[in-house]
Parts: sequence; C-alpha cells; structure tokens
Amino acid sequence: MRRANLSLAAMTAFALVLSACGKGAEQQQYGPEVQLPEPQRGLLPSMVIAKPAPWGDKKPVVPQGYTVTAIATDLGIPRQSLVLPNGDILVAEGRGGAGAPKLKPKDVIAGIIKAKGTTQVDSGHRLTLLRDADGDGSYELKTVFADKLNAPYGLAYHDGKLYVANQDSVVRFDYRDGQTKAEAPPVKVTDLPSAINHHWTKAMTVSPDGRFLYVGIGSNSNITERGMTAEVDRAMVWQIDAETGMHKPYATGLRNPTALAIQPGTDVLWAVVNERDELGPDLVPDYLTHVQEGGFYGWPYAYWGPNPDPRVMPSDPEKVKATIKPDYALGSHVAALGLAFSVPEMGSEFAEGVFVGQHGSWNRNPPVGYKVVFIPFRDGKPAGAPIEFMTGFREQDGTTYGRPVGVTVDPRGALIVCDDLSNTVWRVTPAKQ
Amino acid sequence: MPATIERREYVQVHPVQAIHPFHAVMLAATVPLFLGALLSDWAYWRTYHIQWANFSSWLLAGALVFGAVALLFAVFGLFTRHGRGARRLLYTLLLLATWVLGFVNALIHAKDAWAVMPTGLVLSVIVTLLACAATWAGFSTLRAGAAS
Repeated sequence: MRRANLSLAAMTAFALVLSACGKGAEQQQYGPEVQLPEPQRGLLPSMVIAKPAPWGDKKPVVPQGYTVTAIATDLGIPRQSLVLPNGDILVAEGRGGAGAPKLKPKDVIAGIIKAKGTTQVDSGHRLTLLRDADGDGSYELKTVFADKLNAPYGLAYHDGKLYVANQDSVVRFDYRDGQTKAEAPPVKVTDLPSAINHHWTKAMTVSPDGRFLYVGIGSNSNITERGMTAEVDRAMVWQIDAETGMHKPYATGLRNPTALAIQPGTDVLWAVVNERDELGPDLVPDYLTHVQEGGFYGWPYAYWGPNPDPRVMPSDPEKVKATIKPDYALGSHVAALGLAFSVPEMGSEFAEGVFVGQHGSWNRNPPVGYKVVFIPFRDGKPAGAPIEFMTGFREQDGTTYGRPVGVTVDPRGALIVCDDLSNTVWRVTPAKQ
Repeated sequence: MPATIERREYVQVHPVQAIHPFHAVMLAATVPLFLGALLSDWAYWRTYHIQWANFSSWLLAGALVFGAVALLFAVFGLFTRHGRGARRLLYTLLLLATWVLGFVNALIHAKDAWAVMPTGLVLSVIVTLLACAATWAGFSTLRAGAAS
C-alpha cells in the first residue's frame, strides 16, 4: 500500500534525523583565531548530562608538585570566593533563577534532565567565612559571615567595603580586618535587572581605585526565545558608581558574562563569557576577552565577530557588522564560570596568565570543560594553548564528582576553587620552595 | 378490513461497529489542536511574536496526547473481529503518519526562537491535512448504525 510505504519512509527518516546530531571534535577549538563550522542541530540537541557521585577518597588532579586540599565541605552551593586582605576567604553560596517560567514543553523536560547533573542541596543564600589562623593550610574556622542574601554570586572588596552582587541587587557591607560576622544588615547600592533571571548569576569586580563596580548581567534566554522585551538591560556589563549606585551599560552583547576581573597593574576589565547553545557541538566558543568600553560583542544578532545567528528575527545587519571579535576562544560549551589573574607566587609556569574555571557542558558529545585551565599571557595578552591545571572532576564514563565554578588567586600563592556539585571549596598550592 | 401488520426484518449487510464515543472524541480532538498549531505558526511567521511559537508547542503537545489515545484504539481495533479490511488499515496508517510527523513537528518546535521556521510551519500544514484525512477516514470507516 502506498500509505504504508509513506509512513514507513517517514519513520525511517525520523530515526535517521534523530541520530544525526553531530559529534563534536575531540580537540576543542581555542585561541585568538578559530575555525567555525556551519551551524547545525538535529531534531534533538546533543545532551550528555553529568552523573553525580561523591568524591570519596578521590581528589581533583593537579600538576606535579602542587597540592590540593578540600578546605570546606557541606556548603550550600558555593559559587564564587574572595580572599580578604588578612587571608580569610569569603564564599558566596546560593542558587538563583527560580523565577524563570517554563514556556514550552521543552523547558519542562530539559529542566528535569539538566537537574540530574547538578546538586540537590538547599541554596545557602549566604556568605561563609573560612579562616586559617595559624597558616598551616587547614581552614579551621568556618562561620557564616552574612545570611539571608538572595543568590549572592559576585564579590568584591575595596578599602573597608565589601560588595556583594545578589541576583537582584548590589549590596555593601562595612568590613574591618579580622571581622568574622557582618555587624549590620547590608546597604543597597543599586537594584540589578532581575525579572525572569534566566541567567541569574551577577558576576562582579571593582576598579583598582574603588570608584566603579562592574557587574555582568546575563541574557534572559539562550537566543531570544523569551522575546526581545525580556532582554532589556540584559547581556551586558554595567559600570556602577560604588558610592551612588548610578550606572550605565559599559559593554553590551555579552550573552552571559559569568566572571569579571581587572588585569593587575592596569584598569583593563576582562571577562569570560558563555556563548549560545544549540548550534552544534563546536559552536559557539565561550570566550575570554578584555572588555572595551562601549563595545558590542554580538548577542543576540551575531557570534564570534560578524557571524549572524539565523535564529534571531527580526535580524539587525548593522549590529551584526558592529560585532567585536573576542580575544580568545575557550572552546564551545565549556561553560567558563571562573576567572582570576595569577601571581608569581603560583609557580613559574603559572606566573603570568589567568585561571579559568569550566563548569562543563550539557550540549556537547563528547562533553568538555569540567576542569580548571590556565591561559598563559605574554605582554598582557593571552599567548599559547590552555594548560590543564585541575582535572579529575569527571570520569570517562560520565561519573562526575565535582564541577568547578569560581576561581580566586590568593596572593600568597594558592588557587581557591568553588565546586558547586560536591559543595566543596578546594585550595591548590605550589610546593613550598 | 383486517389490519395489515407490517413485518420488518433488519438485515445486517456489512459488519457494523459503532466508533466508540471515547475513540471519537480523541480522534476529533486532533483536528482543532493541529489546526490551532498551524494558525499560531502562521501568526509567528507574520509577527515574530515569540508567544505564538509557545502556543504552537503546547497545541502540538495536546494534539499528540489525544492522537496517541486515538492511535491506540485504532491499532487495537485492527485485531478485533470486524477490524480487518483495507479501509480500517488506511485509517490507522493515516493516523500513524499524522502522529509521527506531528511528533517530529513538536521536536522542531522545541528549537529556540526562529530556528522553528520555516520547517515548523510547513510541517504544521502537512500534519493538519493528515489529521483531517485521518479523521475523515476514521469516521467514515467506523460508521455507526445499520446499513440495509
């Protein structure tokens, strides 16, 4: 029968298309120049979800001669940390974005699947302070510095003022050396865009003179599927006057600027940015870039320079043309969430450059990220391939013990890494000379 | 005059089975749901308003739920005493094609923003036509009542 043939053909085609979701290259693209493949997507996006498992006796793998220690465990989802002048460490804990409604059946299903690869503990909504009073590398004091915050993420300190970027506002605490608990409720510096809050993390850093705060505000969708009205004041970095709270967009078109840092000895702002999903395993590279004031980095109209994204309608050719190509590709879907400039105390190989925490992919097969890399710099610019600094978060079979988020350099020579799957803070130190 | 009493005899010429009311509702529901998805796809195509794409996605999901139940009835019906015959088979295959293409269409509609277009709109037209054909075939094959 004709009909029978037709529906058989349809089913065969269906099976073919389903399996046609492309496999990604084993070697990720990185560096200032990358070859971009054509956009592609099968009927289902490639999904490989982490299978969480406890660390047990295992630990992340660090370079020869380096030591890694868990300095705090059982936290309420640690994301970013801050080293205070006296060496105490503050950890921001929480989960945000609960207000983002599910718009399509897809959101409901994807939400259930993706949640399997993340922690199930309650959100801390607090700052925890860790102290190693005797300097033996063991942080014997773990105490709540401030609580009842709202998914705190970005942290910055300048001259007696501690700034915290909640998912809906920047607040300020007064701080003096040695303090283990906030003495007063925080003062609000400014509200931040928080309607829907699809990408809720508010990364933050402070200018060297303490006058300005820079806050990263992620887009409210992957690629405008919540409509353009949801994207007002999104996908940009704000420059905020720390004193008055007045603010302006500093740079725009940055889809999800998840970590910000000032290059030491300069006023130059750097960011790691998470790019869009569902264009294939090798699109679009997440990137590291210095952020030009007034610059437009493409989202949603274009990616990696003037490559138009066909999913955005109506399109905007002017914006596509104006798109700045970022400095350094980190690889597609690695989910860079941490950024910190190194210091010579980290050891000669890691003296000049940045550490980047990579939370790891969901939209790629084989998966990527799930590690901390070091990007060497020369003459103030990224130079050379990423060096794996901390691995062992994920086994070949998908078993995943941890997922790195924020990275912070302790100027005395240590890297602090938040792990939001095992709810641990790791500290990596070079061997004592 | 003696009254004539008419004697009537009902003779079943064809094997007749009424479509089960539940089956009928499930089958009929696919038409407005797939048609609704088509119309909101058309609206998205014309206006770029993302909410139309969201409506389409849910209308398709609804059509697939009702369609799946109708398809179960149809397939099990093939194995009943009266189930054999080319027209019953045609109905079932039409409904199967509707459901499979409808499912593909739902996956297309799960893409973000304009990635739904134009495939989503084209598939919605085809699936709506198939749903109409399947429903037509279903109701004319599974006729209620007797033929004399």
